[in-house]
Amino acid sequence: MSIEQAEIEKLAELARIRIAPEELAAVTSGIASILGMVDQMQSLATSDVEPMANPLDASQRLREDVVTEVDQREAFQAQAPATQDGLYLVPKVID
Amino acid sequence: MPFHSLKDVSSGLQAGTFSSEEISADYLRQIEASNPELNAFITVTADAALIDARSADASRAAGTAGPLTGVPMAHKDIFCTSDVRTSCGSRMLDNFAPPYNATVVSKLAAAGMVSLGKTNMDEFAMGSSNETSFYGPVRNPWNTDCIPGGSSGGSAAAVAAGMIPAATGTDTGGSIRQPAALCGISGLKPTYGRVSRLGMVAFASSLDQGGPMARSAEDCALMLTAMAGFDPLDSTSTQRPDEDFTRNLEQPLQGLRVGVPGEYMNADLEPELASAMQQALTEYEKLGATLVDISLPHTELSVPAYYVIAPAEASTNLSRFDGVRYGHRCENPTDLHDLYTRSRDEGFGAEVKRRILVGTYALSAGYYDAYYRKAQQLRRLIQQDFIGAFEHVDVIIGPTTPHPAWKLGAKSDDPVAMYLEDLFTLSVNLAGLPGMSIPAGFSDGLPVGLQLIGNYFDEARLLNVAHRYQQVTDWHLRTPTSTGGEQ
Repeated sequence: MSIEQAEIEKLAELARIRIAPEELAAVTSGIASILGMVDQMQSLATSDVEPMANPLDASQRLREDVVTEVDQREAFQAQAPATQDGLYLVPKVID
Repeated sequence: MPFHSLKDVSSGLQAGTFSSEEISADYLRQIEASNPELNAFITVTADAALIDARSADASRAAGTAGPLTGVPMAHKDIFCTSDVRTSCGSRMLDNFAPPYNATVVSKLAAAGMVSLGKTNMDEFAMGSSNETSFYGPVRNPWNTDCIPGGSSGGSAAAVAAGMIPAATGTDTGGSIRQPAALCGISGLKPTYGRVSRLGMVAFASSLDQGGPMARSAEDCALMLTAMAGFDPLDSTSTQRPDEDFTRNLEQPLQGLRVGVPGEYMNADLEPELASAMQQALTEYEKLGATLVDISLPHTELSVPAYYVIAPAEASTNLSRFDGVRYGHRCENPTDLHDLYTRSRDEGFGAEVKRRILVGTYALSAGYYDAYYRKAQQLRRLIQQDFIGAFEHVDVIIGPTTPHPAWKLGAKSDDPVAMYLEDLFTLSVNLAGLPGMSIPAGFSDGLPVGLQLIGNYFDEARLLNVAHRYQQVTDWHLRTPTSTGGEQ
């Protein structure tokens, strides 16, 4: 499977990753070689195989629906680049 | 002083030969001496360590010490440590001092271990050479022109160089076993779910597992006993009774059935490495084991399956880094989109971006069945290979890697060549099995590792099988001359 530079640019946009124009060719060829290796998978018929998401085929545990956490907003927001009045600040998104 | 085993340090503390404060100070001096060249530590917490060491000495004086009380160790910089920078080898988290401890950090501290700092690693654990770290590559103590392996390369190099008796690591596709092999130490990746993932920065959540890295199987057993256990705060932690992983160490290997996978032994192995593997198998026969040829037919397809599943999970996990709540934020963003994109561009290195892009591709509408679902089906087949093998054998033994450590930069421009070095370790994570690497000889002066793969939750047996080998061989006692030891 070959992949075009335009597709890489679209993926980068979806993933919010910026690729400098001068790096685009190298990034595209690196990903093309990985996808080429990955395409070995298609050599094997697997239509009757159940996909495996978790090595122990475990399901989510349930717990009592009670509050177990305490408020640590200040500790968490101390990590943030910009906060005000207990809120996280980002550039203006609506006028 | 250096190259004590964890067991030796524990015995010395119990006998009163030295205090925790003295031995911790010794190791801090060793770190200071070796780190400028090896770059194994990102952060050294000397002051906090000496306070913890004095408190360990106080609890020993009060008669409340356990076997690990006062023993120095280090954490891979992927484990959250309260108020101590946890960078994960990334510029993205260069300014991140978590508000809490990982469960593993809390458990080892509760056992009395004294953390001296945080070890270097590939960025977000993505790499097999430690060259993707934002803090620069780690060098292999056996030959400083060579890589130490990755992603837990800092932990492996630190133990190999005698900078610390033991360290934590994490293993998503071989990141404990491969650097352990390349640096000549012992390392264990437990069964998925055995060790809590809470506070371990997530890379690929269905594969990630923390474990011990140390000088011997016995040291790994002591440390795993304190690290493992059910954690209600980790949704994939397994609910099982706690175990003493040292309990079977001395058991004789008479009658042990050792599976030898043709796909591993007949791969393109470095010749000296291949003969070291044969010698190790002969050693196991002398210990009373029976060798059984087995086949793990989907081994080769573990590489493509892994390089779909791991990047897919990584692209999802790493979407949390948005420059808003914690981590790196770009200067003067013009709008929200610019804030996200530029913060991530500046915060992530090339390999992390590459994997995010591959993962985003594999999860895209229209490609999901061909990539992600297909890889999950292969994952099932890989697991079935192992389940079939364990009907006939007790443990599987082969090489950890096809080659010893390579020169820095040798594979940096070819991601696929780098990925293929993980051929023997990836399938163990895909299946969720426990795996171990122990030193088994040298190839061109560089250590090579023997990989032991066990059945689910059979760590005590793996450690037993490794320990008995270390009773009749001395590969694990060899030390690199470059840091004052003797090969």
